[in-house]
Amino acid sequence: MNGWALGPETGLVGFPAVGAVVLAIAAARGRRLVVGLTVAATLAAFVLTLARVLSIGAYEQDIGGWGAPLGIGWRIDGFAVLMLGLSVVVGAVVSIYSLAYFGEDPGDRRRALFFWPLWLFLWSALHGLFLSRDLFNWYVTLELSGLAAVALIALSGRADALTGSLRYLLLALAASLLYLLGVVVLYSATGTLDLAQVASRMTPGPVALAAVLLITTGLVVKAALFPAHFWLPSAHASAPSPVSAVLSALVVKGGFYILARTMTGLWPAASADGVLLVLGWLGGAAVLWGSLLAIRQQRLKLVIAYSTVAQLGYLFIAFPFWMDGVGEQAASRAWAGAAYQAVSHGLAKAALFLAAGVLIHARGRDDLDALRGLGAHLPVTATAMALAGISLMGIPPGAGFLPKWMLMTAALQEGRIIPIMVLMAGGLLAVGYLFRIFRRLLAADDVALDHAPPRTMEIAALVLGILSVIAGLSSLPILSLLSIGAPEGMNAYLEGVP
Amino acid sequence: MIPDTLVPLAVLLTSFITGIAILLLGEDRVRLRTVLNLAGAVLKLALVMLMLWGVFHGHAYQTRIPFLPGMDLVLRADGMTILFASLSAVLWLLTTVYAIGYLEGAPHRRRFFAYFSFCVTATMGVSLAGNLVTFFLFYEVLTLTTFPLVVHRGTEKSMKAGAVYLAYTLGGSALVLVGMLWLYTIAGPFDFTETGVLGDLFAQHRIALTVIFFLLMLGFGVKAAVFPFHAWLPAAMVAPAPVSALLHAVAVVKAGAFGMVRVVYDVYGISLCDEEALLPAFMVLAAITILYGSLRALAQDDFKKRLAFSTVSQVSYILLGIAMFGPMGTIGGLVHLVHQGIMKITMFFCAGNVAETLHLHKISELKGVGRRLPLTMGAFTVAALGMIGVPPLAGFVSKWHLGLGAIESGHPWILAVLAASSLLNAAYFLPILRTVWFDQPDTPWPAPEGGCRLEASWWLLVPPLATALLTILVGLLGGSVLSPIHWAYLVVGREY
Repeated sequence: MNGWALGPETGLVGFPAVGAVVLAIAAARGRRLVVGLTVAATLAAFVLTLARVLSIGAYEQDIGGWGAPLGIGWRIDGFAVLMLGLSVVVGAVVSIYSLAYFGEDPGDRRRALFFWPLWLFLWSALHGLFLSRDLFNWYVTLELSGLAAVALIALSGRADALTGSLRYLLLALAASLLYLLGVVVLYSATGTLDLAQVASRMTPGPVALAAVLLITTGLVVKAALFPAHFWLPSAHASAPSPVSAVLSALVVKGGFYILARTMTGLWPAASADGVLLVLGWLGGAAVLWGSLLAIRQQRLKLVIAYSTVAQLGYLFIAFPFWMDGVGEQAASRAWAGAAYQAVSHGLAKAALFLAAGVLIHARGRDDLDALRGLGAHLPVTATAMALAGISLMGIPPGAGFLPKWMLMTAALQEGRIIPIMVLMAGGLLAVGYLFRIFRRLLAADDVALDHAPPRTMEIAALVLGILSVIAGLSSLPILSLLSIGAPEGMNAYLEGVP
Repeated sequence: MIPDTLVPLAVLLTSFITGIAILLLGEDRVRLRTVLNLAGAVLKLALVMLMLWGVFHGHAYQTRIPFLPGMDLVLRADGMTILFASLSAVLWLLTTVYAIGYLEGAPHRRRFFAYFSFCVTATMGVSLAGNLVTFFLFYEVLTLTTFPLVVHRGTEKSMKAGAVYLAYTLGGSALVLVGMLWLYTIAGPFDFTETGVLGDLFAQHRIALTVIFFLLMLGFGVKAAVFPFHAWLPAAMVAPAPVSALLHAVAVVKAGAFGMVRVVYDVYGISLCDEEALLPAFMVLAAITILYGSLRALAQDDFKKRLAFSTVSQVSYILLGIAMFGPMGTIGGLVHLVHQGIMKITMFFCAGNVAETLHLHKISELKGVGRRLPLTMGAFTVAALGMIGVPPLAGFVSKWHLGLGAIESGHPWILAVLAASSLLNAAYFLPILRTVWFDQPDTPWPAPEGGCRLEASWWLLVPPLATALLTILVGLLGGSVLSPIHWAYLVVGREY
């Protein structure tokens, strides 16, 4: 234990938190400077964390000298750094986008007063979540990020946004309660909350199963897995676009992250294979149901939000491959596939929501037909959407192709047909809902823009779009990062990586 | 000189960078865009010719980029690559020239030429792909980059056609993807290899590998417009003429046919396919498509639609050649990949000229057009005669080898199919020639605009004349190193 020493990862939580406090006090003056400094400092902290993991491997960090089981114990491994990287990159781009987004009319200026502290606070809480490795700290960070998200959704003040955020608030609270209940059960049975310690002390039985069910149900609601997805579309679609981007790309991944951690680290001890299987089925149902509903939506942001419901499903298709008796290769491919999907969807979906923000800004409304002919006026934004779309459809060279490849090969190795059919259908349905957007952008209608959108917003969306293709062509560095400190039995596929 | 390992990448980058540059230029920077387009196309042609020379002299051009654990993206040039890549490079240059003339003053030219370049990049990637994953990657990119071209006009009709196009081609890709993944889990990562890579594996996984074969071939067959997956091709006729030319002759249908070539020769191996009797089903399918396409073509009055159904029929010659076991049949199929491209693109250039200068779209309206557009219609006549199979034109060379192959492989009924198809070709092309040259126009043709002495602008005339000339030359000069038939012999020598 290294006492009071702080590692670079502390900055990932600390800098956004400090930025949030400063912006809450200082209001509008010097906002650009504070945001710029916060983003730069957070990026630097990430680079240092990455460098540290690459040089010394996975490491643990106890904050304030208090280790497990009582204090804040962090464990930084490849998966954590990957998710932090996603969050830092998306967060930085969204921050720059938001400087332009919330800068125009007086109503926006008032909203910006609330947006900046809340968003930076959310960013900080998310980083805390990805760094944590014990059940209680996860509870705390989930609550903090959830509450910040609720406030951000309500930011526009419109009726649908208020309804959406209220619904999200109630469900998030209920979910947190279930999760907390499960944690309490575990604590009473094992006397600890650290993931590794709980796993070693847990004995399979009704108590363990109850805890598994409670925790899993809570997290499933947080991660908006079908059929607990119903809060997501209205919440994500009614929020301001940069907020939608953050919610879809990052916040829902929090629930998935904790589930993936517990599933690979904790539940094997509880012999909860049935839960894994159910999660897989729900994931498949989410892919189909979310895609079908996305095809039926008439508003741009609802299409994208339902696409999130579908894309989150892919994450859970990986879970049944972690049951007992599945080959190590397949389990490892599914693990890599789920992590890769979290990243590729995060980049592509953030790009799509940011681009949607540009289009809505340009036309002042967000029904699909408002998009007709916009492609000719806003080629940069259209390109951003196309690049992100390729990834979401799972077509190479988009990043979304790789997780599908990994999951499908895992399924083939295990001789399972259903996941393959779901993955194929999901890809084709994604083509269906995304081309409803693209064909309107390409239409020959002659339209005039209501407002010329700020260049910064267009470029920000394009940057994420390009990244979602670059991530599709640079799998080896990403997978080799993921292999650092990977959970036991998840490394077979990654070992081939140089 | 560029190192051998970078040449394939450079071939891709010439058009990719052109596309990006065009996208970044303003819509109204016409002259700079034209220069960029032509420079990119000429540079690519030069690089492909360099590869042609190099491959002939035994150079190994290969670029290898890690993609997934244990799997690389491989770009490399072999004999088949040269056949397909030189076709695309030559026809891209000509189609670019044509498109510049055709779209003069039209809206959204920046988007058009950018995606045109991306489309060619993808086609080059398909021809250079050294393994199935690389092939699939570029195959998908091709599908997507072609979409904005197909719907270029932006009308409801073109949007519908675009939707049909996507539904068919992505459906086919889904089959290919499943087949490819399955193959990969059985055989592990492999590169395309002459005479095939499966060998003994087939005996161990007979059923699985047979199913995979059908998945891959039918999947690629969708893009090659094999019956009953052909309906997207006539629908896509709403696209502007240069795009149709590209779809039919260079890029999309050819990518599908080329995929089938790769699967049969460089994955399974032709001997294995023959021993395991995988091919007869496709021979029958090809024969059906050839006859069906021709019969449907007979019934079309829309000029471009007739050409489209003719493509449906003609592209299946390639499949027919692939599906026959025997060097002659293979040669016929491979060379038709190139020959059909040259002839069909001539026809689309000509149809485009008729539509552009006289605004005529139906065959029944073409009475006496030959007198108004003698050069255009002369080129069309050469191509049509070539398609019918008049010696010594390109189509004759293909059909001759296919016929020899039919006898060699012991399928004399194929001869009957070829004969019937040639008759049908004559039946749907000769009436056009008669109308064009011998009928009297109902009303006199309007004089050329602006007192131009030519029947159309140079941009629109040079490409069809060049490809018509090629139609004659590839037949006459079969012995030259540059001729497609020479390369087909070269490739076949390595596959058997």
